[in-house]
Amino acid sequence: MSTGQVVAFFILSFLAFSGAIMMIAFHRVVHMVVSMATTFLSLAGLYILLEAEFVAVVQVMVYAGAISILMIFGIMMTKHHDGEEEKPTTWKSWFTFGSVAAFLFLVYVSIRNTKFPEQTQQYVSENNVLEIGQMMFNQYAIPFEIISVLLTVAFVGAILIARREEAETE
Amino acid sequence: MTINMLTAFLTVSAILFSIGMFGALTKRNMIVLLLSIELMLNAVNLNLVAFSKYGMTPSLHGQMFTLFSIAIAAAEAAVGIAILLAFYRQRVTVNADEMNELREP
Repeated sequence: MSTGQVVAFFILSFLAFSGAIMMIAFHRVVHMVVSMATTFLSLAGLYILLEAEFVAVVQVMVYAGAISILMIFGIMMTKHHDGEEEKPTTWKSWFTFGSVAAFLFLVYVSIRNTKFPEQTQQYVSENNVLEIGQMMFNQYAIPFEIISVLLTVAFVGAILIARREEAETE
Repeated sequence: MTINMLTAFLTVSAILFSIGMFGALTKRNMIVLLLSIELMLNAVNLNLVAFSKYGMTPSLHGQMFTLFSIAIAAAEAAVGIAILLAFYRQRVTVNADEMNELREP
């Protein structure tokens, strides 16, 4: 890693953290979605740092594009009591905070103490999109087809669930 | 640089996962719950891509797995929003605490 990459890594992870923490802290739902979009975009930057350009582009399209817009549509179709007083922090939320902090501490200690084996081979990606395309349609052809069937079923099911009831009687 | 990049990426991913878990456990708005779940899925995806570059045998398989996982996450978000809309039509609320009945009241 060169110094520039390390600096970019720290800036992008700081952006991702701040977006996620703002998502917890904001009161209005639209603000939460926008801060989550910040997190998704900085994660795409982290993918580019990891030389996964295609995954980064997919992340921008699917998460920052589609899922954020889907959430905003969900917000627009429902009514939210913005400005309503948040209920005061009870012992339950402090208990949750303590549990999550303990979980994070455990995971962090285990990450620090694990000896990851040295890389046995070097892999340098020449053309990321080309190689992913070849791999997806040769080695991963059957999972690709299965996932397309799953996406079709899920979206048809989503339309069926979300359809208005009156449409059936007409 | 003495910094171990695999450890750094795993730590970022663990922190993002914890923030998402805290949001999913404390928030009561269903849209915010869905957003928190997406955040947790994203943290896991970052793990997969980090191992596909800094793991013992670096290859493209981790990125392929991430692509499939992103597709699953998109399907999950669509179905979640659809359930949210159907539920809102019945009960006129988005509070997850009141989501305790499967049939119409």
